[in-house]
This record gives sequence, structure tokens and C-alpha cells, in this order.
Amino acid sequence: MAKILIPTPLRQYVGGVDSIDVDAPNVGEALDKLTADHADLKKNLFNDEGKLRSFVNVYVNDEDIRYLERDKTALKGDDVVSIVPSIAGGHSRREVSG
Amino acid sequence: MSALPDLSNEEILRYSRHLILPDVGMEGQRKLKGAKVAMVGTGGLGAPLGLYLAAAGIGKIGIVDFDVVDVTNLQRQVIHGTKDVGRPKIDSAAETMQDINPYLEIEKYETALSSDNALEIFGDYDVIVDGTDNFPTRYLVNDACVLLGKPNAYGSIFRFEGQATVFGHEDGPCYRCLYPEPPPPGLVPSCAEGGVLGILPAVIGSIQATEVVKLILGKGTTLSGRLLLYDAMNMKFRELKLRKNPECPLCSDNRTIHELIDYQQFCGIPQQQAEEAAQAGRLPELTVTELKAKLDAEEDIFVLDVREPHEYEIAKIPGTTLIPLGQLPKRVDELEATADIIVHCKMGGRSARAQQILKDMGFSRVTNLAGGILAWSDQVDPSVPKY
Repeated sequence: MAKILIPTPLRQYVGGVDSIDVDAPNVGEALDKLTADHADLKKNLFNDEGKLRSFVNVYVNDEDIRYLERDKTALKGDDVVSIVPSIAGGHSRREVSG
Repeated sequence: MSALPDLSNEEILRYSRHLILPDVGMEGQRKLKGAKVAMVGTGGLGAPLGLYLAAAGIGKIGIVDFDVVDVTNLQRQVIHGTKDVGRPKIDSAAETMQDINPYLEIEKYETALSSDNALEIFGDYDVIVDGTDNFPTRYLVNDACVLLGKPNAYGSIFRFEGQATVFGHEDGPCYRCLYPEPPPPGLVPSCAEGGVLGILPAVIGSIQATEVVKLILGKGTTLSGRLLLYDAMNMKFRELKLRKNPECPLCSDNRTIHELIDYQQFCGIPQQQAEEAAQAGRLPELTVTELKAKLDAEEDIFVLDVREPHEYEIAKIPGTTLIPLGQLPKRVDELEATADIIVHCKMGGRSARAQQILKDMGFSRVTNLAGGILAWSDQVDPSVPKY
């Protein structure tokens, strides 16, 4: 089972947990399994064409899958998959409306 | 840097703990004195940056900000004090920094960094340090640094998590290599998911300041090519490889961006505002005083609060029912379709989204409370705390 680390901004879509174990042969299938159970997460990770959004990167251990074999990147049992979205905070000049 | 400035005897004494470090020494300290650093933002990240860069003996620091100190800043922006509430942040920050180090030269830019001024402002500096809070400025700082060939000590924070790296250093990657595009505004976490541990920016800002000093000294291994992730809650540091994207629109041989662009447009801000304005016009609103009158007249209304439970604990309008926005679609059966429903949140944004959700589900009489509980506290009941 590979472990998928869920970053803070996306935890609200997976019931607040920070990691989920998934049994899948590659990254694409692991993310499919993950998002199959969490529809809101899917909307945040993938665009309408089903491609990973450009402000979300996925790493297997410390390597960006864009420089491996993207969603075909194979997973071993002890691999750690990190989802790393861009965050902008640092100064809090204004609050986002709401 | 050809002719490095000399240190006075007073400065030699002040920097003695640097001078007796072989990796800094006299030459390194003179490099710091000869260096010019531009700091964008004097908030959470800017506070430790300003304090430590001033103390370290940087010769000139340019600070860019146009905000004023608010009391809610003080939980983390330690460069400002209670007496500074209401003052321009650059004045308050400059005063603190000058007090720490009178030998420091400070240049204040009380303006919003923009495509019109970024290249000119940054042009005078050796290293840029990004302590901003929004995507348009992040991309602007990155693009200006790459176009000018200057390194950018980057840091970013969210709740209990931080990221830090160095962009645009020599042949290293830039922000666009990491994230070609920003998230559309609708997918950015709203204030419901906001908040930040006050100490978090101290950690990330100090890492940025360390990288600035190393870049100036030319010593050690910088974070260029590595993205450092910090998780305060589990006290974990992790490191990911950050590669230069051979298709990067800004810093690759195949670049398509040769000048600064409209970053508000790039980040979808005007589109979002237009959408919000259109939505605001479409759906009915009422003011807090109108709501007060209805409650006083004991009208048959149902007031729905769509904030989070931890916000409800801080402050609430009496007699309301709490269903957080995220749970609303699953819990609509708790509402009567024919009831007169008034929805509120903190400021009116989330409740407008709730109003749209309910309307789409067939609720016909849903009104949004303009200004939310903050307006209620301002105009109806000051005993309700603002947060």
C-alpha cells in the first residue's frame, strides 16, 4: 500500500485526515481510487478534461511525477505520494471574501 | 561587488559573533553591508525577515507595503506593536528595524507592487525576498526577478504548513517551473479555511532570511532546486526536488513571456469580481438592521448560519441554526422549502454561495444577510465580538 499525504487545504474533502493508504499499481490509479470516494477532492485536483490542475503537483517520494512517468509512474509498497498545491499566504493584508 | 564597504569599530563590535564565524568573517560581514535587499510585504513573513535582516547587518533594505497595522496582525506580525495599530506598516516596520540597527539604510515604497513599478524598484537590489499573501503578487515578484536575473527567497504559509525555496538563482527553477498557473479564485480556500498559527511565519520567514544571507555571502547550499515543506502540527520538515521546467514560459529557452503582464487578469481576479457582482445583483439581500427589525417583530423567519462550528463558538447571532456551508447540500432536509430563510456567515461571501445552492435546490425564499455577523456587531449589537 502506498501512502498518499493530503495537504492542509484539501483535508476538508477527505474528512480531515492527513494521509490515506491506497493499493494501486501507479499514481494515476491511486489518485482515481482516492477521488472516487471524495468527489469534491476530484474537482480540486483535476480539471474538466480529467488532467491534473496546473497549481497542484504530485510527487512520489521526493520526485515530481512530471519528471517521472506522470500518472503512469509505478508505485511500490512503501512509496509516499505527496499532493502539493500552491499556497499564497504570508502577509494577510486582506481576507478572502466570505 | 568590487569595493566592499569598511566596518567602523562600533560595527565590528556589533557584528562580533558573525566576525568570529570563519564562514562569515570580515569579508562576509562587509558583503552583507554592501548588499541591498528588497522585501515585499511587512506582514507575517516580513516581520521576522525585517527583524533578522536588519540585525544581520544588511546595508540597505527596501520595503514595499501599503497596508496599515491592524490589531488582528499582532498575533504573528511581531515587527509591529500595539502602539502601531492604525499606522502604515512600512513606518512601523522601518522604525523597529532602525532601532535594532541604526547603521541600516531603509528605503520605503508605500505602494502596491505592480507591473508598472516592480522592475524599477527591484532594479536597485541584489536579492528579492517575497513575503506577500496573494497569487498575483507572487507571480509578479517571480517574473520580475527572472527578467532582471535576481534571486528570490520565497516563502509561503497556510494554517500550520509552510513552503520555502529560492527561485531564479543562477540556472535554478522559478515559481512558474513549479506552478505554471495559479488556482482559479473559486478554488482558493476561503476565510472559512483560513487562519494561521502565529509562530508559523517566524519559522518560514527565518528560513527565507537565512537564504538571503547565504546568497549574499555566497556560502553553503541554498534551497534553489529544492522545495522545503514544513508541517508545524506534526513538526516535520520534508524536501522535494524542484526542477527547471524545460517548457517554462518564463525561464526556459522556449519562453513566451518577455515582459511583465497583467497579473490580476492572469489570476482571474477581474473575472471573479464580475461574477460576484452579477450574482449579488441577482439574489435578494437584507441589511442587519432589517434583520433586527424582523426579529424584534417576531416575524416567522429561519436564520441559517453557514459558518464553521469553531466560528459559531466565537460569536453568534441569537436564535440562529448552524449548518456549515460544506455540509449544506447533504443537510437540506433539515430546512423547510417554503420557509423564509435568511442566510448569514462572517462577511456575506459564503452565505451568498449557500443562497445559490439553496436556490438551485428549489428553495424560493432565501435572502442573504449583507455584511454578515461583522456588520451585525458593528451596527446592531457591539457585544458580539468581531474576529
